[in-house]
Amino acid sequence: MALAGFADTSSRKTVAPMRKSRVVILLLLPGIAYLGLFFLAPLVALLITSFQAPDPNSFDFGAYVYAFEWQNYVAGVAEYWPIFLRSFFYAIVATVAALVIGYPIAYFIGVYLRGRASLQAFTLILVVAPFFISFLLRTLAWKQILGDDSWLVTTLKSLSIMPADGHITGTAFSVIFGLTYNFIPFMVLPIYASLERLDLRYLEASSDLYSRPSTTFFKVTLPLSLPGVVSGTLLTFIPASGDYINASDDFLGGPSTQMVGNQIQSNFLKLLDYPMAAVLSVVLMGIIMAIVTFYVRRSGTEDLV
Amino acid sequence: MRLSLGRWLLPLYTALALILLLIPIAYTFVFSFNDYFKTNIDWQGFTFRNWTNVCDAQGLCSAFGNSLMIGVVSTVLATAMGTALALALARYKFRGRSIISLLIFVPMATPEVVLAAGLASQFFTLNVEKGLGTVILAHTLFCLSFVVVTVKARVASLDPALEEAGRDLYAPPSQVFWRITFPLLVPGILAAALLSFALSFDDFIITYFNSGSLQTFPTFIYISASRGVPAEANVIASAVFIITLALVVTSQVVSRARAKALKRNA
Repeated sequence: MALAGFADTSSRKTVAPMRKSRVVILLLLPGIAYLGLFFLAPLVALLITSFQAPDPNSFDFGAYVYAFEWQNYVAGVAEYWPIFLRSFFYAIVATVAALVIGYPIAYFIGVYLRGRASLQAFTLILVVAPFFISFLLRTLAWKQILGDDSWLVTTLKSLSIMPADGHITGTAFSVIFGLTYNFIPFMVLPIYASLERLDLRYLEASSDLYSRPSTTFFKVTLPLSLPGVVSGTLLTFIPASGDYINASDDFLGGPSTQMVGNQIQSNFLKLLDYPMAAVLSVVLMGIIMAIVTFYVRRSGTEDLV
Repeated sequence: MRLSLGRWLLPLYTALALILLLIPIAYTFVFSFNDYFKTNIDWQGFTFRNWTNVCDAQGLCSAFGNSLMIGVVSTVLATAMGTALALALARYKFRGRSIISLLIFVPMATPEVVLAAGLASQFFTLNVEKGLGTVILAHTLFCLSFVVVTVKARVASLDPALEEAGRDLYAPPSQVFWRITFPLLVPGILAAALLSFALSFDDFIITYFNSGSLQTFPTFIYISASRGVPAEANVIASAVFIITLALVVTSQVVSRARAKALKRNA
């Protein structure tokens, strides 16, 4: 009896944490296994593919074998470095433009409309409204609005604002415009979330101490909204640098505006040069990770991740 | 205080910026009524024909149906796994927690084209034929992280006093979960599911790399872009836009009314 009682209590004592740990494992297992199988394993597959060489025993197009062909990387960088530079240049300009355009919108919703909850909600819905309509159709709409035969371009030409042989679509400008346009909501939302929590008394304190509005903005408002700015710029920069819809011929780009994403797609799906597509993907991901890590460290918001 | 210029300059600026944001939506909507012939680029005249005969555009309706099905299945999968992950991360302390958080974060920081090429290489290496299955697997992957983040925020904002009250009243843990925690999480889970569906429905890059010959609504638009997208595609996009907008506005109004009612009772 005593023994049974002892056994009972001891098992009871261990049951609660035991069951708890079993619950955690049950909760974690499906998701973690999924991420392992369909996120980590594909990255490994990509790395392996990037070292492949054409199959010497096969005349099939697109047949490759593993060969630790590290020269693939040398060839990829040598051939595509101007395109990498262009991609990151476009992405950085688009990110800065989205920040400059988006910050005042976020400020308006988070600070100016403070206390008017329904107006805030209404404006926020308008900001995210573009997400509710197809990304590709949105971009095609700009292509048609800015196209060579469009009303806008013919008017600008007849007013001699634009040269008669000028184009908007197919240029770096239209690609950067498209990237900026498509990612502005990603910029506005996190900045809004930061500004919404901003204590307005800090702004009052600053103006009570006779600082000019611009000083208040740069010394108080902007630093306090920095976490939002950091996540907004990352949410814009990362997809922008990998995007290839805006830059593709059928959308806002042309032959001279190709980005890394276009090259990855054509290598993978058209040329069936899987190793080269993999090399470009690995290099793109490596550069983005390096930039993101450096940027997050510099801005001192490591707890963001 | 507030910039004095901002009194009227800031609202004016925001209004202009919002108009710019909304121009392509208006364009897509207006051109869904275009009485087009072959290409839907110039305005030919007003018609309801595209709205009444949406499926006249060859391949459009089946692509749309595929998109709906892929969206629903991958949303269900991602929401189930993501909610479980969010609960584990927000409620339990265990070894390897920070690594798991990182594993969930990195897919969101990975450019889509890299995810797309990675999955396609994996399916290619394993000789898996691309199609409906591979697209669903791929969509579930990129939706998963977004579900975790959304639901985790909701779990973190729950008032622990409510669950304590349940335990004080001798409810067993499972009852506390299903009668208190879960119902309180439902709005967060629904928001995550809506986000996940929207991400899946509008995804092009990952889909295009992994769909083989299967068409979804975005790949249909991409492929027809070179020879002109039929106005019927604008009809579907506009209809989806209106339905989503209605859902979002309703959920806003309902949650606001609920919050007000709660305040009155308190």
